[in-house]
Amino acid sequence: METTSKNPNSTTKKKYLISKSIDSFFEDLYELYTFIIRFFKESFSAPVEWKEIVNQCYAIGYKTLLLVSVTGFITGTVFTKQSRPSLSAFGAASWLPSLVSIAIIKTMAPLITALIAAGKVGSNIGAELGSMKVTEQIDAMEVSATNPFKFLVVSRILASTFMMPVLVLYTGLVGMMGAYLNVHANEATSFISFFISAFKTIEFKDIFTSLFKAICYGFTIGVAGCYQGYNAENGTQGVGRAANLAVVFSMFLIFVEELLIVQVLNNFK
Amino acid sequence: MDKEIIQIENQEPVICIKDLKKSFGSLNVLNGVDFEIKKGENIAVLGRSGTGKSVLIKIISGLLKPDSGLVKVLGQEVDKLNEKELQTLRLKIGFSFQNSALYDSMSVRENLKFPLVRNRRELNDKEVNDAIESVLNDVGLPQTINQMPSELSGGQKKRIGIARTLILKPEIMLYDEPTSGLDPITCIELNNLILKVQQEYKTSSIIITHDLTCAKNTSDKVAVLVQGKFLKVGSFEEVFSSDDENIRTFYNYNFTENTKSNEK
Repeated sequence: METTSKNPNSTTKKKYLISKSIDSFFEDLYELYTFIIRFFKESFSAPVEWKEIVNQCYAIGYKTLLLVSVTGFITGTVFTKQSRPSLSAFGAASWLPSLVSIAIIKTMAPLITALIAAGKVGSNIGAELGSMKVTEQIDAMEVSATNPFKFLVVSRILASTFMMPVLVLYTGLVGMMGAYLNVHANEATSFISFFISAFKTIEFKDIFTSLFKAICYGFTIGVAGCYQGYNAENGTQGVGRAANLAVVFSMFLIFVEELLIVQVLNNFK
Repeated sequence: MDKEIIQIENQEPVICIKDLKKSFGSLNVLNGVDFEIKKGENIAVLGRSGTGKSVLIKIISGLLKPDSGLVKVLGQEVDKLNEKELQTLRLKIGFSFQNSALYDSMSVRENLKFPLVRNRRELNDKEVNDAIESVLNDVGLPQTINQMPSELSGGQKKRIGIARTLILKPEIMLYDEPTSGLDPITCIELNNLILKVQQEYKTSSIIITHDLTCAKNTSDKVAVLVQGKFLKVGSFEEVFSSDDENIRTFYNYNFTENTKSNEK
């Protein structure tokens, strides 16, 4: 398959290896690979943009706190409420704190936090960098002898990777509080006995798994947002597309990673 | 401001371009551009939209890579430099973008501070503040220091964009459409600013424009870019006394249209 040049004076023809869309997919994949390699290279080279990393940690962490608090609390409460009838049917309502804690710590807290962050943080990074790209602010940074990749991309990816485990732990805690309030309202369980019962079944490996997932999700959200934003083109339409693709890609990859991580880590007993 | 006669020193050109070619896919944008700029010289590059004027200065600043040809800036071949060498060279090149490209999340002070603190790490806070105030006075906008870019007019944004480049004391200034989208009075003010920068900062400049008034008032030489090549390079009078149809059309359209709109 081939395309002919638009320029009548030119005789160049572009040949595709397979087809335009498949070639383009692999080109995009290669660009993403080089983007990630560049991130690692720039992360370990001086100078480190500490101030910008802290700023981004604040923006990503603090500003997402309210959203994950509400969703974490609701998740804990609703999950507990929904699980009670099934456990009660088997006379196992006393296992509720254990069940809820395993579900929240191992899966729900990382997944819900990541999805919320993908929507809020991923779209924000995609739109912000995309807007800077199409208004030539990134070029302006480059010509003023500042490395825009290090300042904008490395700082955001590092911040989202650092902050996600913190947010996941926080969401887990809030989710557990939601669960406790529901259990307390129905079974009059005390705060201490709820948490003793809840953490009896939780192992270090579960918390490690949860934090490992959070790191992977944070990195994914940062990379997806920065990659789409940094490569945005075609004006405001491109900015919207960058924000949208940042969310879609990061959400999709989060589910794929969830599956892979569970498969792999379940083999380590 | 009247155009003063700048002594063009007879020495190595600060920018030397030979047989520069650049295409995007099948579209040939620059097709063998040759020219030189001497120290202290202002050259206006004229041409219709899409003729590759902005591409030319993006290649000079290292934002784009040429397909072939020689691009020498201050004695260094831009496309042969590594990242670090290019950054060092860029400290000597100021780039004023068409849409100003101010960082819209930062105030004017922060916009000016940003390149300075990154590249002149030895400066203390007082020296940084002094430099910011000085450069804002030079562009005539000291009152905007705490304003956000969204609070500035188009002309003010352009001036702050120029100030942001001047703060690093460049040897070369690249202006991309400095007067586009501005009213005639602001255009004159910007033309005066370009001349002031040339005289006070001793810069050599390339001014990309299709505004003939701007070209006439700010440059020592003009070059007309047609189909990826310079059709003619020389003083404004030399170039526009040419009988070449492309140049005549450009001249007539520009001045006739300006006159018509002024009469209205």
